[in-house]
Amino acid sequence: MSSPLAALFLREWRVARRIGGSGAMGVVFFLTLVAIVPFAVGPDPNLLARIGPAILWIAALLATLLCLDRLFQADAEDGSLDLFHLSETPLELAVLVKCAAHWAATGLPLVIAAPFLGLMLQQEAMALLGVVATLLVGTPALTLIGAIGAAATVTVRRGGLLMALLVLPLTIPVLIFGVSAAEAASGGAVPFYAPFAILCAITLAALALCPFAAAAALRYLGE
Amino acid sequence: MSIDIPEPVEPPVDGALRLCVDNLSVLRGGRRVLDHLSFSLAAGQALIVTGPNGAGKSTLLRALAGLLPRAGGSVALAGGPPDVDLPQQAHYLAHSDGLKSALSVEENLEFWSRYLAQEPDRRSRTVGAALEVVSLSHVAAAPFGVLSAGQKRRAALARLLVAFRPLWLLDEPLTALDRASREKFALAMRDHCALGGLIVAATHEPLGLNEAKELALGSAG
Repeated sequence: MSSPLAALFLREWRVARRIGGSGAMGVVFFLTLVAIVPFAVGPDPNLLARIGPAILWIAALLATLLCLDRLFQADAEDGSLDLFHLSETPLELAVLVKCAAHWAATGLPLVIAAPFLGLMLQQEAMALLGVVATLLVGTPALTLIGAIGAAATVTVRRGGLLMALLVLPLTIPVLIFGVSAAEAASGGAVPFYAPFAILCAITLAALALCPFAAAAALRYLGE
Repeated sequence: MSIDIPEPVEPPVDGALRLCVDNLSVLRGGRRVLDHLSFSLAAGQALIVTGPNGAGKSTLLRALAGLLPRAGGSVALAGGPPDVDLPQQAHYLAHSDGLKSALSVEENLEFWSRYLAQEPDRRSRTVGAALEVVSLSHVAAAPFGVLSAGQKRRAALARLLVAFRPLWLLDEPLTALDRASREKFALAMRDHCALGGLIVAATHEPLGLNEAKELALGSAG
């Protein structure tokens, strides 16, 4: 049972890491977004320290969405999606594994890059730790929620923008609790654990529900 | 005085499959493309589906593969393992190859052999042997994207060999193939039938299967 899923993970990982894949693009986009914010808001260290976690989170959200639009479309175009329907492996599991591989190839690099970019935004050690912890827990939820949008727009040519429109409102809870937990890490009225626990809960709920929603969309659109 | 003794009905031998299509109807875009189509195919037989463009050849194959909802009728593969659905016993090959340009031919086939053949079957070939059959061994390590159209099609045909599934659903399998490749593929199809497989192929060109049955779909309306 695990062998087909391991094979799928390996394939998705390889495709993402090769030329034309989305692996490196997300990190570069993330870097660029974070780098241009000080040009817009001014180089005031106190201001950057205050809004730093929010900037990192918004950049991570946009970078994740940017990479997600081809998650299922590439498979639909080359015919792999039809073959997934013919496999004994349930489509829900295939979706879950594709999301896991996509997160490992594009989400995880964002988490690793975040502390270095946080230094550019005047973040203290505790704040850096908070941003890394919240991104580590929150970006899988972004990928999973985005997968629903990617599945729903699988037949739409140039569907990236439509997907972002569909998915962005759904990611608001992740953003709210991610940013508030990241900010609470460096001190504040709210304890770190309250928003962080809710963020964990959102990710677990996304893990349980999103593969079914995305697979249902793929089944419906495949017919 | 003679009494007509009905011929004893042979119990289905293990592995003797039979594809039974009964009164199949399929709608596409509100139009009835297939209307009460019935046929059956025994193990080792091939069926060539012919007909003008738009007659419903591709629709039939997609409906058999379970990729299109049926408006009526039934499709079953009798005699197989009872807990396995028909789509999981079928290979579907259409215009798209199902292989990734960024990966090598070998990596692509390795993936499908592990993903499509969950139970090891002695009739599945290794990736190396399948590439030998379609004469692609020399480009096994090359990215799939750099192959020519004919080579891509041959790599897609190799997918049918790396994971044994009894029913092959082929939509224009010979597109872009040269004469030598066609003959090799005809041989592979005869081998598949000899192993107890079934083939349903939609094509405009002769496949090189002399004993194949033919199903002519009429023009729409």
